[in-house]
Amino acid sequence: MNISLILQMAADAEPDRIGLVCDGRRWSYGALLKAARGAAAAIEAANCTHVGLLDESSEAAAIALFGAAIAGVPYVPLNYRLADNDLAALLKRIEPAYLIGDVARVQRLNPDSGHKTLSRGEFVAQAETLGETASGEEHDGEGIAAQIFTSGTTAAPKAALLRHANLLSYILGTVEFGSASADEAALVCVPPYHIAGIAALLSSIYAMRRIVLLPAFEPDAWLKLAADERASNAFVVPTMLSRIIAAMDAGNRPDLSSLQAIAYGGGRMPLELIERALVLFPETGFTNAYGLTETSSTIALLGPDEHRAAQQSDDPAVRARLASVGRPLPTVEIEIRDEDGKVLPAGERGEIYVRGEQVSGEYRERKALDADGWFPTRDAGYIDSEGFLFLAGRADDVIVRGGENISPGEIEDVLMTHPAIADAAAVAVPSVEWGEAVGIAVVPRPGHDMPGDDALKALIRERLRSSRVPERIVVLDALPYNEMGKLLRREVKKRFAD
Amino acid sequence: MKAGSKLKSVTCDTEVMVIRASDVVVECGGAPMVDVRPDARVAINPSFAEGTKIGKRYVNADDTIELLCTKGGAGSLSIAGVALHPKDAKPLPSSD
Repeated sequence: MNISLILQMAADAEPDRIGLVCDGRRWSYGALLKAARGAAAAIEAANCTHVGLLDESSEAAAIALFGAAIAGVPYVPLNYRLADNDLAALLKRIEPAYLIGDVARVQRLNPDSGHKTLSRGEFVAQAETLGETASGEEHDGEGIAAQIFTSGTTAAPKAALLRHANLLSYILGTVEFGSASADEAALVCVPPYHIAGIAALLSSIYAMRRIVLLPAFEPDAWLKLAADERASNAFVVPTMLSRIIAAMDAGNRPDLSSLQAIAYGGGRMPLELIERALVLFPETGFTNAYGLTETSSTIALLGPDEHRAAQQSDDPAVRARLASVGRPLPTVEIEIRDEDGKVLPAGERGEIYVRGEQVSGEYRERKALDADGWFPTRDAGYIDSEGFLFLAGRADDVIVRGGENISPGEIEDVLMTHPAIADAAAVAVPSVEWGEAVGIAVVPRPGHDMPGDDALKALIRERLRSSRVPERIVVLDALPYNEMGKLLRREVKKRFAD
Repeated sequence: MKAGSKLKSVTCDTEVMVIRASDVVVECGGAPMVDVRPDARVAINPSFAEGTKIGKRYVNADDTIELLCTKGGAGSLSIAGVALHPKDAKPLPSSD
């Protein structure tokens, strides 16, 4: 199996149809396939162990992904936002690589490596030239399509491996080939080093939905491109949606009547933000997607109809589903287990386990699947009586106070109901008496007075119980998030250090 | 026959990739499919001439065999003379 099949089928079906638009240049499926075959020839000639990309998203990401696939060499998109020493360590782990993008930075950080470096322009031009004569013969290699370094919020980044079989299984299980009409376009603004960036390329090409790339997200640029290209679909992380809405509130209101669907994921979506978006985009279908790098993207989703049903319901249990990540895909199984590995019934919190052909659960260093093929996500959550999955933070984020497990999510949910609080995080703080205790960081809403410590403690005590009452409280201007909207709890903990 | 292997029709342009397999011979247009297509075409059996469509997945009755059509053609797929049928895919909302 080889993911290059995806591009090959689109190019076979309609070689002249436009598949990708970036910086004003329009690429047909035929032209993309030709360039990918040319890239494969260059990659094979370079005799490297990995194909690295250190660049914002552009046509080069698509050509490198499929070119590496045809050549049978793992594609490794790197996070250009990493600090020099962190990036240097990753560059060392993939040498010798065929490296596309920021040549000067690679040479500065990793001067004595055997990397073959090319700028984006050089790579694309060479791929197009070689594509005129390249055979396009597929190589299996180790069967690895992509190697993605996980963000490493707790330890050194792990090299997650996604096999051709994993990614193809995900695409074949979730996308109908050629199902998009010729006027559909997907606005893609996630960075190429994120699993969502890879999934966006594969899904859109298999659906034959034109990809419109926005290399660096900025809300006004997003609104302009969405209107100019008449985008029908878009994927955003919650922070992006919040910034788009702020720009619209500030008066930037282009014609977005073509926007049929917005999918979101990658971080916690504040309830009031999604409620606001549903009102602001009444004709748009919203989909919440939950997935991990190790699962080839989405494993559960809350679809447009479920969003509207939750929005319009008077039943608190149905309304609550606006905060869920929906039901598992038909092609995957999900279980909630306790610390001893016992499967928990509906409504009980535990660790989320997932199994399915798209689930790799494999790292360069080790395989994390159990004997029956289940992958422990390290995410905590529960499933309600109707099968809807709710996330409750990372399993590692649990606060253990005197032997009692406390999920940060339950405390944060209560704090977020306070009208003066814009954002909140609960973390473990050291406690002489309990080992760990609850610390909360709260962000006041502009124009509101922050309630005093006693009022916040009383709120938690009334709604939850005394063990959840915070021992330490800090007030911050903003909580620290990474660029994908993931809360950096390590950074929050540091605020309690002094 | 194993998952990932590719088969070509000797009667038409049809090509498939095996998604789920067991040890069987897949036919297209009434004739066994092959790894490497010969130069000369075999005539299509009119009983297996409904055609295949690119992107469609074809399964047998007990769902033990699944093939992805990667190139469409004039013949239709069968195993031991029993027609395979296109799999109904429930459309999912796009999540990417």
